[in-house]
Amino acid sequence: MFDLLINYWPKYLDGAVMTLQLTFFSVVIAALLSLPLAMVRQAGARIYQWPIRLYVSFFRGTPLLAQLFLVYYGSGQFRPELAELGLWWFFRDPFYCALLTFSLNSTAYQIEILRGGLQAVPYGEVEAGIAIGMPRSLLYRKIILPHCYRIALPALGNEIILLLKGGAIASVITLMDLMGQTRRVFSQTFDITAYFWAALFYLAITTVFVLFWRMLETRLSRHIHFNLTDMPAKTTATTARKMKESTHVC
Amino acid sequence: MEWFEYLSWGNTGWGDELLQGLGVTLSLALVTLPIGLALGLLVAAASVSRSRIATSSALLFTTTIRGLPELLTLFMIYHGVGLLINKLLKFFDPSAGFFELSPFVAGTVALGLVFGGYAGEVLRGAWQALDKGQREAALALGMGRLHIFRRIELPQMLRLALPGLGNLWINLLKDTALVSVIALNDLMRMANIAVGSTKKPFLFFLTVCLIYWLICIFFECCIAAMEKRANRGIRTASLTRS
Repeated sequence: MFDLLINYWPKYLDGAVMTLQLTFFSVVIAALLSLPLAMVRQAGARIYQWPIRLYVSFFRGTPLLAQLFLVYYGSGQFRPELAELGLWWFFRDPFYCALLTFSLNSTAYQIEILRGGLQAVPYGEVEAGIAIGMPRSLLYRKIILPHCYRIALPALGNEIILLLKGGAIASVITLMDLMGQTRRVFSQTFDITAYFWAALFYLAITTVFVLFWRMLETRLSRHIHFNLTDMPAKTTATTARKMKESTHVC
Repeated sequence: MEWFEYLSWGNTGWGDELLQGLGVTLSLALVTLPIGLALGLLVAAASVSRSRIATSSALLFTTTIRGLPELLTLFMIYHGVGLLINKLLKFFDPSAGFFELSPFVAGTVALGLVFGGYAGEVLRGAWQALDKGQREAALALGMGRLHIFRRIELPQMLRLALPGLGNLWINLLKDTALVSVIALNDLMRMANIAVGSTKKPFLFFLTVCLIYWLICIFFECCIAAMEKRANRGIRTASLTRS
């Protein structure tokens, strides 16, 4: 059981690095794309909302595997045209195809998550911002987006984990990620522990990520979990009094 | 258009083959659903029980199954259980031939486990959201535990769990595409075969995507109708404009 790990750990490591790279870049690209789209979807004109709705519905309503095949194999049907445009190098490479598909897929999910977040920002906060004369960009930057991301953070974490796991299907288009390396190791050894180790690696990655994300959540909502015992003893009394007064005012 | 010719019925087109594949996809999902639900209920029951062992094993199961890629679970079942059965067969009867686990069974088991893991969490949430007073009232009336579960807890649980279970059902439908990787002739694999013979990958994979999309939209509508029906006796405070 352990000799398999001793013999093949560099393979697993390569695969894990590939999986992490793929997930990281997909998530970052999707995060950049989804924010403006979510803002349009939430507050834009009807004609701009419809294409986004269609896009989100399509990518959420079809299997990731089918999307991946559509991009990777489907592009082969237009090979002469793509070569003429100078894009064939992109669609020929399984990594780029997986990256494109996962980014597009994750964008769809993140749009929905961010839209939920934008909707959940209390309107009073926005009104207060408008009342003191904030321009729209400042309003978004200082009030809406920080609150929106705090609300959306747990759901975004779930989405990233789903993408990390969904990324395993990139092995079907011959990409050597963690799953791809595992399949190769299994086909060479016919040892079922190959999958067992892969399972442990995936669990380890998700666990570390969950812990990291929970830290991020606590950090971003530290004003909510504000705890008097965390304060230095000297200031506690005065702060407590001030807080009491401020709640009376409300 | 030549595209329609590829998708037509009969010997020249692939329409009937794709439809057969769709049948396999849907039957796989429909067979998996009750298995997954039963498993989910079991896991939920274990995680709300008072036994320490039951709660921790339920927690272990749900976290593991939700932390693993579905594809890995599928391979573990398909290859792992296959090897195990063969070893057992060899152990009891050295002359036994090679046993091959059918991809359909492996797919059902793997997807059932995944569905069960997620459904366990959904059902546990619904179970814990129930009003405790009702259970106490039923106990006071002298109802047995099974009776309480069947007449009082289950009907309300289903209403609360319906949105979550609906999502899981849609996910299950989409996850069935993975089974094509272990050579079950579902919709996805039929498209693969068609592509191999016609060299029109974009056409067939787009068609497959559109079929999955239509099915998902159809079931989303069904689930919405079911939710509406399940909530018909509930008075809501929301001022929805209807």
